[in-house]
Amino acid sequence: MRFDYLLRLADNGLVLAQRLGEWVGRAPVLEEDIASTNVGLDLLGQARLWLAYACEIETGDASPVRTEDRLAYFRDAGEFRNLLLVEQPNGNYADTIARQYLFDQWHVLLLAALTASCDARIAAIAAKAVKEARYHVERSADWVIRLGDGTAESHARMQDAMDALWMYTGEMFAVDATERALVDTGIAADAQALQAPWIEAVRAVFAEATLAVPRDDWMQGAHARGGKQGRHTEHLSRLLAEMQILPRSYPDAIW
Amino acid sequence: MYAQMVETGLKQVQDAADMTPEERAFQARIDADVKVEPKDWMPEAYRRTLIRQIQQHAHSEIVGMLPEGNWITRAPSLQRKAILMAKVQDEAGHGLYLYCAAETLGVSRDQMIGDLHAGKVKYSSIFNYPTLTWADIGTVGWLVDGAAIMNQIPLCRCSFGPYARAMIRVCKEESFHQRQGFDIMMTLCRGTPEQKAMAQDALNRWWWPSLMMFGPPDAASVHSAQSARWKIKLLSNDELRQRFVDQTVPQAEYLGLAIPDDKLAWNDGRGHYDFGEIDWQEFHDVLKGHGPCNRDRMRTRVKAWEDGAWVREAAIAYAEKQAAREPAAA
Amino acid sequence: MSAEWPLWEVFIRSQHGLAHKHVGSLHAPDAEMAVRNARDVYTRRNEGISIWVARSSDIHASSPGDRAALFEPSNDKVYRHPTFFPMPEEVKHI
Repeated sequence: MRFDYLLRLADNGLVLAQRLGEWVGRAPVLEEDIASTNVGLDLLGQARLWLAYACEIETGDASPVRTEDRLAYFRDAGEFRNLLLVEQPNGNYADTIARQYLFDQWHVLLLAALTASCDARIAAIAAKAVKEARYHVERSADWVIRLGDGTAESHARMQDAMDALWMYTGEMFAVDATERALVDTGIAADAQALQAPWIEAVRAVFAEATLAVPRDDWMQGAHARGGKQGRHTEHLSRLLAEMQILPRSYPDAIW
Repeated sequence: MYAQMVETGLKQVQDAADMTPEERAFQARIDADVKVEPKDWMPEAYRRTLIRQIQQHAHSEIVGMLPEGNWITRAPSLQRKAILMAKVQDEAGHGLYLYCAAETLGVSRDQMIGDLHAGKVKYSSIFNYPTLTWADIGTVGWLVDGAAIMNQIPLCRCSFGPYARAMIRVCKEESFHQRQGFDIMMTLCRGTPEQKAMAQDALNRWWWPSLMMFGPPDAASVHSAQSARWKIKLLSNDELRQRFVDQTVPQAEYLGLAIPDDKLAWNDGRGHYDFGEIDWQEFHDVLKGHGPCNRDRMRTRVKAWEDGAWVREAAIAYAEKQAAREPAAA
Repeated sequence: MSAEWPLWEVFIRSQHGLAHKHVGSLHAPDAEMAVRNARDVYTRRNEGISIWVARSSDIHASSPGDRAALFEPSNDKVYRHPTFFPMPEEVKHI
């Protein structure tokens, strides 16, 4: 169960880093290309830490048979545990920033809570990652505000982006049986408890960005969750097909 | 290598007798290895030559992000993915340092990008070749970054201060790039037969274009002499090309790869490798825009720029609104 | 309206530094983003303790040549360092 939880943590970083990797060389401005790639590198680094621990948990010894690469490249979409939010396509820059901010705002709260985990390793990884997440949320919130309160065009695009992605935010606070058990033993963070601070922070950013907060009931849809249980959108299998192609084509090769 | 089509505008190297007093004083500083800084007096031709050369160097870094960035989403291990992202990010940073160096000469970044998109200035033609396999990523790091390092180290001593200092920073970061590429090649060459074949195939496609990176033969480079006098171009094309071959052949031998040149042979008398004739027709074709990826590269860059216009405008609009809201902070 | 982002000069005082050093320039729409971008562009290898930015147009120089600055490489993302890839002894010039 802890293994499953670690995959939930790892897969968010892995998938979101993959999405950010698609922007390299194409961002609206050079400085932003660099900054955005930095975020991707941070998320990838965090994912690797979670995966390394997951490997150890899985096999129960310190030299795992399944490596980070085995886990990243040889699981099918149904075995991935990321939020549906992070697998959504890049779209235009407003879509990318909206996705990033909604995730970052949750991620920073989640990681802060995980620094108190009874599992010392989880707490340690979270302590390192939360510093990066604080920077990420500051950055993405800043962009939400700049685009929301920029030109009429940027405002419209940012509002559309938020309206489209809002439905995926409910999943961030859904606690299933797996997580409930881990919360009770002090290992996992209580995602449900993050909802209030998250919405408060989001409302503040939206207000400054002159954006309207979409209706809450959109968040609750059952069709907008399931990532943590391996039920994904059409986007994930396509993303993984691209990501996994080489090791899958040459399974015995070392790269 | 970034000096393609960079013309100094001077028909021949100036003699002391042809120079004005200011030009003589300027040349004396250069000869004494005193750096020229942006606010110093400089001949118009020197300024124009540098603007073109530095910006072409910057454009090369930015366009160069595309063939390598092509494999980020398909990197075959998480470590390779992270390293490749970092490398390409470095290239963006190098482009940025170079654009800023060029801006000290009175041209804006937007103007330079406009000129690139309009086809008025060039970028290193090596980036008009496609990265078809993962082995290409190794080969590009090994050969293309290897060639770039050879060109950039002498530029650390060039006469224009901002360019020289940008080059020092770039060179510090560049040796990781070449090693990253060579490390990929070593892994492939020690790997499965398919991986070894992939590496050989990549070398077969990238070897000659890498040699072309150094530009036309010295005899055909009519405008280099003045650039050399001004210490903007410090070593000749043929000299750099020969050094590159001499250094790289043993590296290929170590990998167990064959360089696709049947004329390649060590010449004891010269103390250098002899190598075959470059296809200069291909070189000129690619320079003119008829390489495999010229159109694609420009289309991608133009699209990214145009698609991003609303973002850049929004950021300015927001900044202006903020400034208007906080008159006390102005 | 021109969408051109103004140019800023960046000064960084590193962890063990005593004063801010000029490290280069970048474009940003305002000071806040200039500082943020400076962190991404100029401290990718290390955490600078303090970042200053100033609009290039606000800088008046008496010795325009006085702009040399290099920054310290970092231990954080280790693969960025040439030493991360051990090269075989027999391979020269790399």
